[in-house]
Amino acid sequence: MKKPGSPSFTLRPGRWLSPLLLLLLWEAASRTGLIPPRTLAAPSAVIETLAEMIWSGELPSNLLVSFGRVAIGLGIGVSLGIVLALVAGLSRSGEVAIDPLMQIKRAIPVVALAPLFIVWFGIGETPKIALIAFATLFPVYLNLYNGIRGVDVRLVDMGRSFGLGRAQVIGHVLLPGALPSLLVGLRYSLTIAIVMLVIAEQINATAGLGYLVNNARDFMRTDIIVVCLMVYALLGLGADLIVRVIEGRALAWRPSLVEA
Amino acid sequence: MALTLASPGAESPAPVAAVVRLRGFSRVFGETVVLDSLDLDIAPGEFVALLGRSGSGKTTLLRTLAGLDSRHEGQEVAIPSARAVVFQDSRLLPWKRVWKNVGLGLPGKDVRARAEAALREVGLGHRLDAWPLTLSGGEAQRAALARALVREPQLLLLDEPFAALDALTRLRMHELVLSLWQRHRPAVLIVTHDVDEAIALADRVLVLDKGRIVAEERIEAERGQRTATVRRLRAVLLGHLGVEAAEGSYADLVAHPRSTWLAAAE
Repeated sequence: MKKPGSPSFTLRPGRWLSPLLLLLLWEAASRTGLIPPRTLAAPSAVIETLAEMIWSGELPSNLLVSFGRVAIGLGIGVSLGIVLALVAGLSRSGEVAIDPLMQIKRAIPVVALAPLFIVWFGIGETPKIALIAFATLFPVYLNLYNGIRGVDVRLVDMGRSFGLGRAQVIGHVLLPGALPSLLVGLRYSLTIAIVMLVIAEQINATAGLGYLVNNARDFMRTDIIVVCLMVYALLGLGADLIVRVIEGRALAWRPSLVEA
Repeated sequence: MALTLASPGAESPAPVAAVVRLRGFSRVFGETVVLDSLDLDIAPGEFVALLGRSGSGKTTLLRTLAGLDSRHEGQEVAIPSARAVVFQDSRLLPWKRVWKNVGLGLPGKDVRARAEAALREVGLGHRLDAWPLTLSGGEAQRAALARALVREPQLLLLDEPFAALDALTRLRMHELVLSLWQRHRPAVLIVTHDVDEAIALADRVLVLDKGRIVAEERIEAERGQRTATVRRLRAVLLGHLGVEAAEGSYADLVAHPRSTWLAAAE
């Protein structure tokens, strides 16, 4: 039985088999020279490089830089998304003012804004953080806004019939009712944040995971590239885990989790 | 008693003020007149049932009495400030534990104790900390009753509260409502389209049709001894609802040779 709030990655035993087989084939192909190291480093070589990079501090320090970019960009994007969604979701005039702008913004792929951001903010940290913030704003906005608008109006009526004021209706009914949607939006935002990190770090980075990847590319160090890919994957999994833990705690009332 | 009518100086016993008082109340949505100069009085502690077909204006009247529809400027509408509603669907907030739902918006510090007492009274003392979505339909309606009672309402509005429950559960809920009413004595208005429910519970039955009260029947017989009353009354009330029924009980109503109204109504 699964404890609510502790998501697990339990897989049926058989499901480990094919990835493991692929790794073994890959290793064998590298050892026999079928795959040259310039094309793709062997798994054993990747592990070795990973250990070296951790030991030398190269990976932790660059990871920290990348992590900082995601954290700041995400922080700005998610906060702005929440604020805008609250304004648009909780008042008609706010909706009229904000929602059309957000829909226009949605039509523009954020990646396409990179050149403009570079012109505006140069090639330092600012355009990288701005890209992440701008891209993560929308999923949070859209989901929370729809979540607020989707709260069962009968529950609002109930609250009002028991004499709850506007602030109490918002606090007891609308916001908790929209929380599941907000968490869905947050999950999208975290995924997009990692994608945007990869893209943003292609912009002349002097530190961070993207910098490591770019350097490795120039020296054809496929082992380092694979290490960085693994780290990106782990970042994504970690982000997902965070949201799942939050969901497990905040949405304990939902039947699926109640029964689990 | 002779005193009271005598000198103008003497104070006559004030008639007990009605809890609800509507005079010539109308509610119009666009072209549609939903409530048409309606008069309604409900005395303190009175148990009134309101029957009506769908579209008769029941919901609008209930929303007005619940204070959810405030557009009645200039009309004579008096409703008590202490009022509570039990809806057909329990409308518990799924993200609050049962006792917090009961205590929703209550002022004061002893909210938990009051919520607990109310929940014990409706027989839910063992589900205080449960999540609402884990309750059965009957339990959810009990919790909704507790949430209404804890507010010590002068007016308790029941909006088809038992329509979604199975027959046995409904029977138990009727017992519960009556016992709670006898203990706390709020004025009760129950909206229903179940004639038997109305007859079993109420002191007075009103029939609403096209925004007007078209019939009013006071039931004098004691609760629990109403079988004799039922035969005539249910035919009368059903008649007002557009159902031409012979006297008798439900068992004889459905397949009765005279029940041609069904075909006509379809």
